[in-house]
Amino acid sequence: MSYIDIVPIGEIAEPMLVSLQESLFQTFRIQTRIRKRAFDIPLVYDSVRNQYNSSGLLLQVINDIPPETLKILAVTELDLFIPIFTFLFGEAQLNGKGALVSTHRLRNQFYGIPENEELLKNRLLKEGIHELGHTFGLIHCFTLRCVMNTSTYVEDIDQKSAQFCRACGQKIFYL
Amino acid sequence: MDNQGISILIVDDEFSVRDSLYNWFRTEGYRVETAANAVEALKKLQESSWDLILLDIKMPGMDGMELQRHIKKIDSSIIVIIMTGYATVDTAVEAMKEGAFDYLSKPIDPDKLSILIRNALNQRRLVAENIQLRQKVDELSLQDEIVGESPQIQKILEMIDVVAKTDATVLIRGESGTGKELVAQAIHGKSNRRYFPIISINCGALTESLLESELFGHEKGAFTGAQYKRKGKLEMANGGTIFFDEIGNIAMKMQMDLLRVIETKQFTPLGSNKVINVDFRVIVATNTDLEKEVAEKKFREDFYYRLNVFSIDIPPLRERTADIPLLAHYFLKKYAHSMNKHVTDISPGAMKILTQYDWPGNIRELRNTIERALVVVGKKNRIEPEDLNLPHLSKLSPLGGDSLEELERVHIQKILEQANWNVSKSAEILKIDRVTLYNKIKKYNLQK
Repeated sequence: MSYIDIVPIGEIAEPMLVSLQESLFQTFRIQTRIRKRAFDIPLVYDSVRNQYNSSGLLLQVINDIPPETLKILAVTELDLFIPIFTFLFGEAQLNGKGALVSTHRLRNQFYGIPENEELLKNRLLKEGIHELGHTFGLIHCFTLRCVMNTSTYVEDIDQKSAQFCRACGQKIFYL
Repeated sequence: MDNQGISILIVDDEFSVRDSLYNWFRTEGYRVETAANAVEALKKLQESSWDLILLDIKMPGMDGMELQRHIKKIDSSIIVIIMTGYATVDTAVEAMKEGAFDYLSKPIDPDKLSILIRNALNQRRLVAENIQLRQKVDELSLQDEIVGESPQIQKILEMIDVVAKTDATVLIRGESGTGKELVAQAIHGKSNRRYFPIISINCGALTESLLESELFGHEKGAFTGAQYKRKGKLEMANGGTIFFDEIGNIAMKMQMDLLRVIETKQFTPLGSNKVINVDFRVIVATNTDLEKEVAEKKFREDFYYRLNVFSIDIPPLRERTADIPLLAHYFLKKYAHSMNKHVTDISPGAMKILTQYDWPGNIRELRNTIERALVVVGKKNRIEPEDLNLPHLSKLSPLGGDSLEELERVHIQKILEQANWNVSKSAEILKIDRVTLYNKIKKYNLQK
């Protein structure tokens, strides 16, 4: 049996992970499981930027993958960056196995407004599906409601749905 | 819309930058490649074409600024966006002066990058579309519609070429149907204003108040029936040319108003207190003797001198009969094609009639004659004398009836023909005003 592994990096609330696990199964129709393991977080910490190197973290995520794992989605609270960009919501290997999503900038709190757990859950799900979509070879989609539509601002994530559009859906389920 | 046809080249000596941006653009669906230095970038520029280049300023060897100069020499339409970790106002200004679209400081905010790339590509698309449209306008405006080999026409074509390059006001004189509007269009089409509109207004066909509102436009509620704000033709002609046909027919007050507008290039729409600045070239046409009108105080002298800066006189067709065969064949080809008829020639007999006729309605009458002949020609492949319906060749047709309306129709037609379709003159003979005459011409569908 093949799995989509959901791997928390650091502390992630259990209900959030369970909700994500169920929703990802509904979307991809592939068994999902939560797999916990250790990461060397200080290794990817940049003290000048006070952020965590996303590419370095993704390398750790895809290291030592169990044979039954089809795709891995790592979820973290850490604020991610890559040297050229100021921040990232997430990163994925196009046509690869690993994807990474950060909740840091998905939280209302980051923008100085009251926290909304339900909204956060939705945003995490959309970004999780979006990054996993890249691992299945999907590129950004111009259909506004499609989950593969690019999100420049956090508000853009709220505008799109958690579903693939017809074209993206056909590509992914044809595989 | 998708990004798949768009190519992006990333030039940066840092592997992590190239790699990150490569992955980011790939997920956006662009065709993307990278180069680690200027030499590699120039090689890629030789190999294929690029829509956009992201360029690091600080690189060993040739730096980004110098590379940008080379890129612009190879293809000035490529969008260059400069990136640097050492952002200073001076380097930004220098990069923009050298033709960079914009400037990004490292690390780049992904929000900014997305928007910047989208705007840059939109601008490139608009520039490409603009070039394409300008080429189309050039092609269309160079299509020479003024047909003729006679010395008189050759002289007119030379005058058009000379005056088109200036902004001088042009007065075109000629009998009705000689092609005054065509000359105006040719001047506009060869001028630097050709990418802007040419707005025509027939001064003789409108009452004074209607002409005023047509020209100046009006605000909502400016007068009874002004339900909406409306832009006037003077404003619509901004950047282009305004063509006043039958200028000799406008009222004295309007002559004064127009003189002021032409002098100041400013006007106020009806019901508004806002002054509008406009920039247009003026071309006017008339078939009346303006000098006589000035002498009789029917036309303002100052307005006349303001209009008569450069004058083009179009001779009537009867004075250039050498052009008749050429024009007849031109209209034959044009209408045979549009009517899908395989009529390719005009018989010597028919051509003799065409060249002997005095054409009071000038080229317009010749055009209508050929068009009508093509309708009645049947299955023949050339126009014969019997296909031509020229008034002085045909016998007087009996009246269609004794009704007052029918008598009026025939009488108006007769007077118009006697006056060479000079509407003002005909109106004078008929003792009605021009607008009434225009309405009757329209009502009875009278044609030259």
